[in-house]
Amino acid sequence: MKLRLFAALCVALLIGHVAGRAAQRSTSSAVPRRIVSLVPATTEMLFAMGAGNRVIGVGTYDRFPPEVDRLPRLGGLLDPNIEQLIALRPELVIVYDTQADLRRQLERAGIPMWPYSTRDLADVTSTVRALGTRIGLSAEANATADGIEARLKAVQARVAGQRRPRTLLVFGREPGTLREINASGGYGFLHDLLEIAGGTDVLADVKRASVTMSTEMVLARAPEVIVELHYGEEWPASRIAEETRVWSQLSSVPAVRNKRVVLVAGDEFVVPGPRVPVAAERLAAILHPEGAR
Amino acid sequence: MTACVLAPLVGGTSISLANVFDRTRPYAENIDAQIFFVARLPRVLAAALVGSALALSGVVFQALLRNPLASPDTLGVSAGASLGAMLAITFNLDVSVFGLSAVPLASFAGSLGALAIVYGLSLVRRSGTSTMVLLLGGVTLTALLSAVMGFVQFVADFTQTFRNVRWMMGSLDVASYSPIAGALLPMALAWTGFATLPRVLDLVSVGSESAAARGVDVVRTERIALVSASLATGAAVSLAGPVAFIGIIVPHLVRLIVGADHRLVLPGSALFGATLLIACDVVARTVMAPLELPVGIVTALVGGPVFLWLLFKRR
Repeated sequence: MKLRLFAALCVALLIGHVAGRAAQRSTSSAVPRRIVSLVPATTEMLFAMGAGNRVIGVGTYDRFPPEVDRLPRLGGLLDPNIEQLIALRPELVIVYDTQADLRRQLERAGIPMWPYSTRDLADVTSTVRALGTRIGLSAEANATADGIEARLKAVQARVAGQRRPRTLLVFGREPGTLREINASGGYGFLHDLLEIAGGTDVLADVKRASVTMSTEMVLARAPEVIVELHYGEEWPASRIAEETRVWSQLSSVPAVRNKRVVLVAGDEFVVPGPRVPVAAERLAAILHPEGAR
Repeated sequence: MTACVLAPLVGGTSISLANVFDRTRPYAENIDAQIFFVARLPRVLAAALVGSALALSGVVFQALLRNPLASPDTLGVSAGASLGAMLAITFNLDVSVFGLSAVPLASFAGSLGALAIVYGLSLVRRSGTSTMVLLLGGVTLTALLSAVMGFVQFVADFTQTFRNVRWMMGSLDVASYSPIAGALLPMALAWTGFATLPRVLDLVSVGSESAAARGVDVVRTERIALVSASLATGAAVSLAGPVAFIGIIVPHLVRLIVGADHRLVLPGSALFGATLLIACDVVARTVMAPLELPVGIVTALVGGPVFLWLLFKRR
């Protein structure tokens, strides 16, 4: 009997505790003024919707906009610095959905958070809208999202009716050789961008975001255009020419034979954020040089 | 040999031999020929080289250390090669010599570094010290290098970590002939060393005292064996990554078939190692086609159970 009473008391306390926590969270999270974003894509979104002045900390890999260079860096996906993060007294922390440890720690510290995950291109604008609603900037966020969608539609319209070259989108390989070629597969925002920019993905049937390709697979798929994304460090023109030449041993591939292997630099291709229209426009210019302005 | 001939004909895409050797079509437009000569033939050659090198090194290390569990990884040469490759990947090392890219070069340099340490250990070692010292030294070196690799992984960013992990799984898609040519030089040296070994290894594997009693220069033999096996391992790992289990199971399987005579075990292991790795690579590139499994996963999945079976069957 005593035991049962004790258990009931425990449950009551627990519920009270959780309710109190929830109440505390909902009041403190009404309109967050101090936001930490560990995700490059959401950092860019916050700046794009005019909330840049509320961002007080970013992740290791944030590069855009240039203003982020003045902000403290709090680690990345695998190594968030929880102490530094709590010390900044954020009112909202945007974390990767998969950062389970960090989420648990933030919950224990009573800091509100917003888990981020992404799958395809449509998630970019839906994330902008949801994030805007969360921080009390619905109108601005909707305008930003509408702008992104309009620009993507414009790209789509420009290439409509043109022949869609079979394209391979490579985003990594061992420098100087054709080993460990990583390419965009049949889903994900890069695949969607390629479709919008008027290309046919040669890996459309491989339903994975990333595919490690052998040279045999490149030869067999015979892409007409190979777009190789390069990001991070800057390469001089000579290095770019050298890395483009690496492909020349696959001369039966139409892209190689017709000199349509293109190396492009720019992190707008790897951040599924508000700069996706820029990426789409650049891709469209590569795939349809005749229509480019 | 049969495997060498048949393996290039099998793959994720079907090609026609008639097209491959069709002289009327220019090579630049002949997809079948390019798949054959650019994608498959180098792979099969690489598999043959790596498989035989790892198997031979396994035989030599097992005889030298008088330990059935010794393998090309035991003395840290493989770990040295892995560390070299990881450093090249993580710090975007950008050198190339004779068409060889940074990763295999750094990897081979790493294996030479580890070899130098192991060789140093063997110099310190006098007759009377047991092979246990060499063995423990190697295991310690491997652990040490693994710790450094852990640190390198820690400072690497996301894509680099991904590439490091992929490299550690092993891959034979060498994509051209120049890495193979590069690996041939150290391998030729190693094979010259191996060629002097068969008879004396029989004696050394029984015990260094009894070998010395029969007129074998034990210290010299051990050094030749050590350097040759380490060179072969370093070249193999820098070509294809650390391909698991070939170096440990092939010698045992071959001994089961031909007996303990090293005049048979050495060439037998070379042939069997080559064949096994070619076969595993065929599995790796067809079982999930068009995707390819890293060959190290296949060798470990096949090798692990076979080795366990061997261990328990002997009891």
